[in-house]
Amino acid sequence: MLLLSGCQWAVLDPKGPIGEQERTIILIATALMLLVVVPVIAMILVFAWRYRASNERADYAPDWSHSTRIELVVWGIPIVIIGILGTICWRTSHQLDPFKPLAATVKPVRIDAVAMDWKWLFIYPQQGVATVNEVAMPVGVPVVFHITSATVMNSFFIPRLGSQIYAMANMQTAVNLIASQPGTYRGLSANFSGDGFSGMTFRAIALSSGDYARWLAKVKASPQALGAAEYTALLKPSEHVPVAYYSRVPADLFPQIVDGKLAPGRVVASAGGRD
Amino acid sequence: MLGKLTLSAIPYTNPIVMGAVAFMVLGAIAVLGLVTFLGKWKYLWTEWLTSVDHKRIGIMYLILGGVMLLRGFADAIMMRSQQALAYGHSMGYLPPEHFDQVFSAHGTIMIFFMAMPMVIGLMNCVLPLQIGARDVAFPFLNNLSLWLTVAGAILINVSLAIGNFSRTGWLAYPPLSELHFSPGVGVDYWIWALQVSGIGTTLSGVNFIATILKMRAPGMTLMRMPVFTWAALCTNILIVAVFPILTVTLALLTMDRYLGMHFFTNSLGGDPMMYLNLIWIWGHPEVYILILPLFGVYSEIVPTFSGKPLFGYTSMVYATMAIALLSMLVWLHHFFTMGNGGDVNAFFGITTMIIAVPTGVKIFNWLFTMYRGRIRFTTPMLWTIGFMITFTVGGMTGVLLSEPPADFVLHNSLFLVAHFHNVIIGGVVFGVFAGLSYWAPKIFGFALDERLGKWAFWCWFIGFYVAFMPLYILGLMGATRRLDHYDVAAWHPLFIVAAAGAVIIFCGILFQLAQVVVSIAHREQLRDSTGDPWHGRTLEWSLPSPAPAYNFARIPVVRDRDAFWDMKQRGVDLSASTFVPIHMPRNKGAGIIMAGFALVTAFSMVWHIWWLAVAGLAGVLVTLIRHNFDDDRDFHIGAEEVRRVEGLHGRVHARSM
Repeated sequence: MLLLSGCQWAVLDPKGPIGEQERTIILIATALMLLVVVPVIAMILVFAWRYRASNERADYAPDWSHSTRIELVVWGIPIVIIGILGTICWRTSHQLDPFKPLAATVKPVRIDAVAMDWKWLFIYPQQGVATVNEVAMPVGVPVVFHITSATVMNSFFIPRLGSQIYAMANMQTAVNLIASQPGTYRGLSANFSGDGFSGMTFRAIALSSGDYARWLAKVKASPQALGAAEYTALLKPSEHVPVAYYSRVPADLFPQIVDGKLAPGRVVASAGGRD
Repeated sequence: MLGKLTLSAIPYTNPIVMGAVAFMVLGAIAVLGLVTFLGKWKYLWTEWLTSVDHKRIGIMYLILGGVMLLRGFADAIMMRSQQALAYGHSMGYLPPEHFDQVFSAHGTIMIFFMAMPMVIGLMNCVLPLQIGARDVAFPFLNNLSLWLTVAGAILINVSLAIGNFSRTGWLAYPPLSELHFSPGVGVDYWIWALQVSGIGTTLSGVNFIATILKMRAPGMTLMRMPVFTWAALCTNILIVAVFPILTVTLALLTMDRYLGMHFFTNSLGGDPMMYLNLIWIWGHPEVYILILPLFGVYSEIVPTFSGKPLFGYTSMVYATMAIALLSMLVWLHHFFTMGNGGDVNAFFGITTMIIAVPTGVKIFNWLFTMYRGRIRFTTPMLWTIGFMITFTVGGMTGVLLSEPPADFVLHNSLFLVAHFHNVIIGGVVFGVFAGLSYWAPKIFGFALDERLGKWAFWCWFIGFYVAFMPLYILGLMGATRRLDHYDVAAWHPLFIVAAAGAVIIFCGILFQLAQVVVSIAHREQLRDSTGDPWHGRTLEWSLPSPAPAYNFARIPVVRDRDAFWDMKQRGVDLSASTFVPIHMPRNKGAGIIMAGFALVTAFSMVWHIWWLAVAGLAGVLVTLIRHNFDDDRDFHIGAEEVRRVEGLHGRVHARSM
């Protein structure tokens, strides 16, 4: 049980309010359903045992096949449970819509994320810096991730913070998240994207405001800038890519990627050729 | 001359693949050699391969499903062992380009070439007998459907030896499956295997709908049909409604890949999201196409072995119809995470949950059929009880996933993988085995060995939980599907447990293979001489086992649900004194020949051998036209022959002999 406790339970041990609400929904829905599932499984076992052919003492009703009362109950119980779950579904689908900005007194941090083969590029438009495979955010401040892909479809996901959302080329999705505790969390692509998919993970670091400022300064101090040449190099497929920092980034890089104005990813053999 | 095909397409440097290819080729040679040695080629051709008899076509579908189960399971064992090994510094034994083919092949084979043939095989074997018909509505079409399915299965296995298979998952999402990202032949193999077999499936759907609606015995109104027949009707309506969508979707992807079009590409206005919608508008009903017939199977087994009529027949019928309709309104739950907004996600979340209502009703109805029954724990009943427990759990996790915010953290995780194996193994696979052991006496004339069947059940049942409960946990721990390698220490023991579960299931499969061998060896002891070994309730049990070629010497008149039970209650005499000639369809080779040409065309399209593709297509058309001008389509089984066969089963009145 030690194994199953503590920090390994990513989805059930969230570190932010979005993930916490999603965990609550999972737990409530499961509990509601167990109200039916446990008795049903118990009845299957009890009926199977009680009415076994060798048990001559049990009632036997060889022609009985209808009871309006039982039918009402067996339609009624699932309808009630699904009615409750459906109501929860309607409310929470809106409350937890990944696009919905989070209510907060502080101004949210905007981070743009680009899925590439096979790494994540993060652009901080407000600070004019960029990173690969590491994203830091201040604790307690809403973060709005704008997400696209420079290649095939991926899914941007930090399990301990909550919702994932697809990263698709020429399109922009968004997910609003908050980290409520400092820490380093696993980030990943949740949608299969080719041979390097398994290594397409990143570090999501939640920092206190002081540490966050220091982290930004560290990125800002990087000798590397993200220019056209560097971006083109990033487009080339690569696996298990180490963290990289870029101190400068063109202001319109992300919109250009979304608009498909930059070279497409994954250089491949000419059409019709074999790989 | 040979398009893209060169000798380098054969992966002779890969020992794992070449081992599998050698195994496959040796197996084929062994079978062909055995047929030659026994001198059975003519018999095989005239009595089986060209057969238009639904019972034989059904058996051939079942054999196809069984063989493909072994192939798909080999893929499963490779995945489980790779993931048990590939943690931290160990990369396992499968590089990504191989692992990605393995999971793509596993899903494709298990759905299209294991589950579908098993389900359609069971329908073929049983359905006409249940409704008092002598065959399906279009017997030749039935033969063609079978061979088109086989052609698809052959093509997918050829990809192992020549070239490679798709590395894009079982549904080949673009843009990954577009030429730009998957330039090899793998996706093309996937497209053409599905395209050819999909046409076969569509034709089967048409055939069964016509059979059920037009060929029922007199007196069998819709509301007197056995529930398996009802389930099959709903299934085939779904097939006809949605398989054309698959055909069109594949055709659009084909045009992207072959003609440089941009339906689903990243560039020039292509829209991959449209593909996701289209493929799931087919794909979600598809899972109900798989499960509904098995709901029908369970609905036959529970009453038979409880010694009672099915509880709530009308509820069951409406529930089945409701599921069929709702299944077409839920496809978007496969991509809540696309960013559709609260209204859209909530709509599809709620429609999905609503399916749990009729499904829950079914579980309750089976439960109350057992209530106050006299339950006999035969192998089919064990599979059924195993299903009821397992499927209830799978249904629960399914409803959980239909809550969009829960799906936001569980989508594409191993929790999802555990969920759909929970319902597909616990529902479809258990149901197929339940149905096979239930109807084996009727299909083969002898029952399957009960002891080995029960051992197989326990291995599958326990193995399922050991293999998939860890996957639920892994999903909650943030593990996604399709990983060929991972770095999280806490996942490793769970993957090892899951692999152990796969080994337990493997033991179950070994027991089943032993069961087949032992049952054939002991067929005389296991022979069903009565035709009604289980005290059945529906018409198929009124026939001798196996059913004669013409099924019913006299078409029965139905007066009630559970028609045969009613006949037994009334003491209806199944014997007769006068017989009439029976009009029968003649076996035809055109089906297998057309499918052969279709296979040639599909293979040539994969490798861009254009002249051969055209030649294959011409072959299909010429064979079709020739077949259409073939007037020698039918014959009569003479009254004396019918009398002789019925006499073998003691169904001729002594005074008239």
